[in-house]
Parts: sequence; structure tokens; C-alpha cells
Amino acid sequence: MTTIEAPPPVKERTKPAPTPRRPRRVRALTGEEWLSLVGSALASLALVTIGYEHILDFSGTLGFLICLYLTFMVVYAVVLSVSTPRPIVVERLVTVTLWLAAAVVLFALGTTLVYTFLKGWGALVHTNFFTHDMSGVAPTAPLTQGGIFHAIVGTVIEVGIAVVISVPLGIATAVYMMEVGGKGSRLVRTVVESMTALPEILAGLFVYVVLIVEFGMAKSGLAASIAMAVTMVPIIARAGEVALRVVPGGLREASQALGATHWKTVWKIVLPSARAGLGTAVILAIARGIGETAVVLITSGASSFLTFNPTGVPMNSLPLYIYTAYTTHESNAITRAFGAASVLLIMVLGLFVVMRVLLRERKSR
Amino acid sequence: MTITARPPAVPRQTTAQLQPSDRIFHWGARTIGMLVLCVTGAIGLFLGYQSIPTLRHYGLSFFTTATWQPELDKIGIAAVLVGTVEVALVALVVSFPLALMFALFISHYAPRRMKSWLVTMVDLMAAVPSIIYGLWGFFLLQPQAINLARWMSEYLGFIPIFHVDSDPGAAVWQQSRYTSSAFVAGLTVAMMTIPLACAVMRAVFDQAPIGEREAATALGGTRFGVARTVVLPFAKGGIIGGTMLALGRALGETAAVLIIVSPDFIIKDRILEAGTQTTSALIASNFGNATKSQLSALLTAGFVLFLITIVVNMVAATVIRRSRSGATSDI
Repeated sequence: MTTIEAPPPVKERTKPAPTPRRPRRVRALTGEEWLSLVGSALASLALVTIGYEHILDFSGTLGFLICLYLTFMVVYAVVLSVSTPRPIVVERLVTVTLWLAAAVVLFALGTTLVYTFLKGWGALVHTNFFTHDMSGVAPTAPLTQGGIFHAIVGTVIEVGIAVVISVPLGIATAVYMMEVGGKGSRLVRTVVESMTALPEILAGLFVYVVLIVEFGMAKSGLAASIAMAVTMVPIIARAGEVALRVVPGGLREASQALGATHWKTVWKIVLPSARAGLGTAVILAIARGIGETAVVLITSGASSFLTFNPTGVPMNSLPLYIYTAYTTHESNAITRAFGAASVLLIMVLGLFVVMRVLLRERKSR
Repeated sequence: MTITARPPAVPRQTTAQLQPSDRIFHWGARTIGMLVLCVTGAIGLFLGYQSIPTLRHYGLSFFTTATWQPELDKIGIAAVLVGTVEVALVALVVSFPLALMFALFISHYAPRRMKSWLVTMVDLMAAVPSIIYGLWGFFLLQPQAINLARWMSEYLGFIPIFHVDSDPGAAVWQQSRYTSSAFVAGLTVAMMTIPLACAVMRAVFDQAPIGEREAATALGGTRFGVARTVVLPFAKGGIIGGTMLALGRALGETAAVLIIVSPDFIIKDRILEAGTQTTSALIASNFGNATKSQLSALLTAGFVLFLITIVVNMVAATVIRRSRSGATSDI
């Protein structure tokens, strides 16, 4: 019989006092990298400040920033190439450029939002701006007279009708393309996809000539709604199809394996699962519809009075109000235009808050 | 215990026949799909049909005449087509690099917790009404951009497209020669095309195969190295498609262009100089007091715009679809 030898006793090693181990922050810049970044930025700023206006005699903020960027790239590349190999120099330069590009885009978006509110503030502080209409108010009238209540009402009514028309059509088209399929669906998909970017002016022109010129319909909110719906249906159908596509195929198969009909599967399983995505599609379409200017310019007619009647009489809306106020070139009218633009932006921002909530719901499910 | 005999296995009859409810459902969905197809398709057919009298009356000169003088019976879209393309190209030249870089930033460079916020910002940017960008472009951007335009015409003026008929070195430079130009309009339209192109590109960048990305990283690639060797080649279709989608949008943009440009009906390649006109702005500013024949001429201009944008969009959609994979995702 073999004997099992006991393993030699392990010597107890004296461990060094454990240093507290903290997880290293990945991707954070080291001290040296920070120094080279900030140093190059300061160096190029100093260089351009002296060179731009004093030596080379350029002017303008935009040109200054472009020169600053180019100088910074050169300085930073030189500084980095002293201590790091080429791929890392390229990586650092690209990273800085991408951060700057993002900053430029976000800055442009930010200035759009802030500038609109700043310029419109003079009109927004008066309550009559929200409760009165512009009937009998001249463009030059002080801001304490008149308001955009008629345009807000017009936008809400027009977009409301357009939603009632386009949401069922758009979602049914998405269901047709994604769930039913068949020979025609590919053609429908091609046409719908290319129609999402149909210039809105053409939708407006189509409705103008067919309904208003040929059939003698009055310029009205309804005509604008129909034209709006023409542009909104493809957006809902296309984004809705994407929303239906991400519904797992297993859910459909499970439902059918349990004996549900196709209609039951779509109605009880697919559409509820895609609820958040479909909601997002509808909101994107509404956001697009609210801001359509060319459509309302052609089809609805700019009125200055309040009306709740979408047929027969011209109906103003926010984009159209902004445009007509702008064309007067009167400073008070332009302040009102920016005020109306602020209201329009608040509506769009409100839609986006709703969309974020919808998306969060989707994520938590 | 007794063992009961099993009933003999009989193959179950399977039918391909649909339930009545399903038949109604399929029929209804197909009808609505066809209805949407007809209405949207009708726009093209209608515009084409309406432009027949104009094309018969003016013939080919409709495409070569620059002026729009209905009272002299001299109507043509040469100038507006050139203007449309100029504005769209300026928008594209500005928006392509910015959209590409922003999309790459969102998908690969931005801190992870910023990502969904940035995606929402892009969506928001796409949803800001074009008329608001128009006001922004006219009141805020233009006073800045004309400095850049003056600088470009001063130092690059030997290139014909940057030339401006004005003395850039004059003591008081003629600002009005640089405002309301295709350049400023294009910069403004770029604000609308950036989010559109960026959204498409970002979606495709996110789909870049994770295995290949990790492999490239494991081989020692930097983030840019991974992007250059894996992500960008994979996303080529999405980049081209997104850019063309943006081009389609830029060609048809109305409100912002209407606010910024001052109408001018001559064929000019000087994009920095005041005055140009685009097809959609022409339609928007002339439909109101148009007679029957002028309306037909406007519809013909619209038809040309329609054909251009539809071709651009269809190519874009095809290119994007090719670069996409999988009809459904699985559990």
C-alpha cells in the first residue's frame, strides 16, 4: 500500500502591509497629458491673439476660432510628438477634434434655443401675448397689445386633425409592411421610405392645387391638416416599422403556437410590445408636423383673428405667424415672432420630455 | 394496472386557410397600405401630369432659361436649380464632417452615461422647426458669417466660387454684398441636415461587430485605429446613405431659405455673394398670385425638385438598407 505523504508545511510568509487598492480610473488623462493639453491650448491662444488682429489683420470671431483651432492642432501635435509615438499623437488629436465637433454642434443647438428665448422674452412677459389675438393690431403696435392665442389654437387644432388622420394610417401601414407582408409590401416600403424626405412644400402644393384650386375648398386649417398628414404618414410608418422590427420574433411564434390568430397576435402581443417605439414614432411625426412652415404657408392662409373652425375660414398657426411677422421687418413684430418661436420650441421640448419618459419605460421593462 | 391501448396516430390535417378574422385583418392592412401608396404616389403622378402643358409650351428652354418673368412669358428654372444645388452643397460640405465626427463621438468617444442624452439632443436638433433655424440664421449667424465670407473672398477670391463683386479692402466694406447669400443659407440648412445624417451614421456605427472591434483593440489599436480599420469601413454604406438623406432634405428646405436669401434670378457660381433662389423658395413666394399657367410652371419646377429628391432618397434608402442586417431580433 502506498502511503500518502503529508504535504510539506507551507511557510507562513510575512506579507507586506497591504496597500489600499483602489480601482484605476480607465481612460482618465494622466497628469502629463493634462499638462500638454492645457499648455498647448494656452500657447495657441496666446499665439493667435497676438497674430490674428495685430500681425495678420484679420477680423471676426468665427475666423479667430478657426485659426485658434488650426494653431492648437499644430502646437499640440508638436508637444505630443516629443514624448509619445505617432499612433498616440493621432489618437489624441482625433479625440480633441471629435470633442470640439460635438461642442460646436451642441453650441449651435444651444444658441438656437437660448437666442430664441432671449429675443422673445420681451413678448413672453406680457400675459396678453398668450390670451389675445392679433385682430386689429398693427405690426408696429406695442407689445402690450395683441397676442398669439389664435396661432396657438390653430397649431393645436391643425396638428390634432393631422394626428387623427395620420396615426391610424401610419401604424396600419407599418403593420402591413412588417407583419402582413406579401407582394405589394416591398413597393409600399420603397415608396414610403422615399416619401419620408418629401419636401414639405410639395405636399403643400399638392393639397393646394387639388383641394383648393380644383375642388374649390377654402384655405383653411383642414387643408393644412391634410397636407401635414401627407408628410406625417410616411414618418410614422417608417419609424413604426423599425419599432415593430425590434419586437422579438419569439414572441410572435409563441403566441401563434398557443393558437392565437394572426390578428390576435398583432393586436395583443406585437403592438403592445412595441408601444414605446410606436409612441416615439408618433411624437417624432408630431414634432415634424408642428414646425412645418411651407405647408401652412400654402394651404391655411394667415388670419389675424381667433377661430376654432378648421373649415371654411383661414386659420393661423405658429410657424405661419412667425413667418408673416418676420416679413413685416418691424422690430415689435420680430419680437413677437421670436415669442411665438419660443412657444413653438416649448411645445417641441414638451414632446421630447414625453419621449424620454416613454424610452425610459421601454428600458425598464 | 391496465395498459390502455393508444389511439392510432392519425396525421392531423393542416390547412393554409386563414381564419376569417385574419382574412379581414390582412385585407384591411393591405388596403390601407395601398391607400397610402396611392396618395403618396399620386403626388408624383399629379405633379408630372400638371407639368405637361408647361413643358409643351416652353419645351427645353424651360430648363435653360434663367429668368422668371411670367409677364414677358420668359420662364425657366436654370437659375433656381443652380441655386438649389448650391445651397444644398454648401449645407452638405459643412454638415458632412460635423455629422460624421459627432456620430463617431457619440458612439465611440463620449462617456457612456452621456450617450443617451446626446442621442436625445440629436433628435431634438432634428425636431427644431426649420423656421426657427431660419430666424437664428438670419439674426445671429449671418452677422458672424459675413466676416468669414469677406475673409474667404479676400484671400480665396481667385477661385471663381469665392469671388464677390465688391472691394474687400475698402475702408468701410460693403456688408450688404455678403448677406442673404447661398453660403449663409447653406450654413443654416446645415443645422437641419446635421442631425439627420448624424442619426443614421450613429445607428450604423453602433452596429459595428463587437468581435472585430475587440480584436482590433487587443492587437494594440488605439480608439481611432479601431474606428479607422473596423468601424468606418463597416459603416461605409450608412455614411453614404445618411449623407444622401441629408442632401435630399437640403434640396427641399423651404422656410429657412425663404427667410435668408434675397431672390435673384441669374445663374451664378459666386456662393458668397448676395442673392440667389431655390426651387422650393420660388414656389413658396410665387404660388399666391400665380395664374393658371404660372401655377403649372411652378408645378413643373416642383416636379423637377420631386424627381431629384426622390432619386436621391431612393438611392440613400437602398444604400442604408444594404448595410443593415436581420429582419427581426430574437429572444
